[in-house]
Amino acid sequence: MRTENQKAWFFVLPVLALVAFNALVPMMTVVNYSVQETFGNNQFFWEGLGWFEQILRSDRFQAALGRQFLFTFLILLIEVPLGIIVALSMPRKGFWVPVCLVLMALPMLIPWNVVGSMWNIFTLPKIGLLGYFLNDVLGINYDMTQQPLSAWITVVIMDVWHWTSLVVLLCYAGLVSIPDAYYQAAKIDGASPWSVFRYIQLPKMKTVLTIAVLLRFMDSFNIYTEPFVLTGGGPGNSTTLLSIDLVKIALGQFDLGPAAAMSLIYFAITLLVSWVFYTLMTKDDAQ
Amino acid sequence: MKKRSLIPILYIAFLMLPIYWLVAMSFKTTNEILSGFSLFPQTFTLENYITIFTDPTWYWGYINSIAYVTINTVLSVCVALPAAYAFSRYRFLGDKQLFFWLLTNRMAPAAVFALPFFQLYSSIGLFDTYLAVALAHTLFNVPLAVWILEGFMRGIPKELDETAYVDGYSFPRFFVTIFLPNIKAGVGVAAFFCFMFSWVEMLLAKTLTAVEAKPIAAVMTRTASSAGYELGLLAAAGTLTIIPGAIVIWFVRNYIARGFAMGRV
Repeated sequence: MRTENQKAWFFVLPVLALVAFNALVPMMTVVNYSVQETFGNNQFFWEGLGWFEQILRSDRFQAALGRQFLFTFLILLIEVPLGIIVALSMPRKGFWVPVCLVLMALPMLIPWNVVGSMWNIFTLPKIGLLGYFLNDVLGINYDMTQQPLSAWITVVIMDVWHWTSLVVLLCYAGLVSIPDAYYQAAKIDGASPWSVFRYIQLPKMKTVLTIAVLLRFMDSFNIYTEPFVLTGGGPGNSTTLLSIDLVKIALGQFDLGPAAAMSLIYFAITLLVSWVFYTLMTKDDAQ
Repeated sequence: MKKRSLIPILYIAFLMLPIYWLVAMSFKTTNEILSGFSLFPQTFTLENYITIFTDPTWYWGYINSIAYVTINTVLSVCVALPAAYAFSRYRFLGDKQLFFWLLTNRMAPAAVFALPFFQLYSSIGLFDTYLAVALAHTLFNVPLAVWILEGFMRGIPKELDETAYVDGYSFPRFFVTIFLPNIKAGVGVAAFFCFMFSWVEMLLAKTLTAVEAKPIAAVMTRTASSAGYELGLLAAAGTLTIIPGAIVIWFVRNYIARGFAMGRV
């Protein structure tokens, strides 16, 4: 049991100072810009909530938001079940366990821009392994720089390649914590593989699965570098996700007001959905 | 049993294919890459690697990246240790709210922070230094380190602390000589994750640097656009960025699964 002690605050102070400096100052800058209009020369005029209204009503933002939700939905839909399946079929002990774990974790340790470049090289028609195989061996017309559908499939598969291992590792951590006695009891009772999964493995994986879904939601919703390097948001705007659009407005066009308003809306959405997951997670912890 | 192990094998093969292609590309000449498809390098060349190791713009990219990643890892773990101890051992006013607020920073889209960070670090004169990138990355690494360490510390019974105090240990002495050795694995995992997320993050690292502290990613993109897309060189540079990750992951291989679960298994 944890004891009540207000002096514990002193232990937290360094973290608080560091994160506050990094989070609060930039946040205030963003809030500041979001309610003002500038015509350059450091002259600012009060704009009120105008930018927020403009962003929320703009087709461009709505389209990017729609693409973002579709992307995140597809990612969760593919990566979570796939991760569970791979984790269930992994060996539990022996020589191959560390080998599997290291190989599976490898994609996550590659810098995000390299992931984008790697998939670019991998999928280029004529040059890339996948591009060559699809176009010249199977005869499928595939070019992610020209066709929106190909670009979408490539971006989704790239993310599946990059992050499914996170779900695998989390589920695996949950699975190895199940004592052997549980399985023996299930065997004696003649339980089917499905009921072993449903009543022993799934409940044990519940906490880690929530963490996995939370992390995968946050990271896929905030994704920027990989799709930007791979497709640059194209062809056209077809793979322009929220972060790509935001960086275009903020650093490309330097429209500070709209970019700031969009930042706050974006952050609010991420926060809201993550908060739902977080409450679910801590509710499990308390039980 | 045989059929079951097919799934991990297929999955790992899927993971390794693009990596294989990157490595294979890095040993090919530009001529071979552009002239047509070949599964293995026909004229095996080290040219691309030699370029990287002899050109200062290239190898300084790696040195810069490793420099800010190291500063960030040390800084994040050092400030996170006492905070995680406080969260795992004591209840205090606003502890839950503070913990959640820390986590919200892990949720913030990096794109939101790019421009304000640029202005903040320019105004305090840190723009284009290792420290700027290292400090910026603490935004998401410190909350993560606190979370992981707290998970590991919760597993250490409180009796350990109490016995030490009864034996006359002061808090700093207890923390360093008794408590830290007990959560070695947790510290290792936290350091690994700080290393990992600082190493792979590129948007902030690129925004906060120009010449002096330019990370390898920025060198790669500039080369890609200026030198007419030398794929072989790009592939070699990419291959080299995989190596540090592969080395550190080997050290924590027995703890990665638990680490990804933030010590909560």
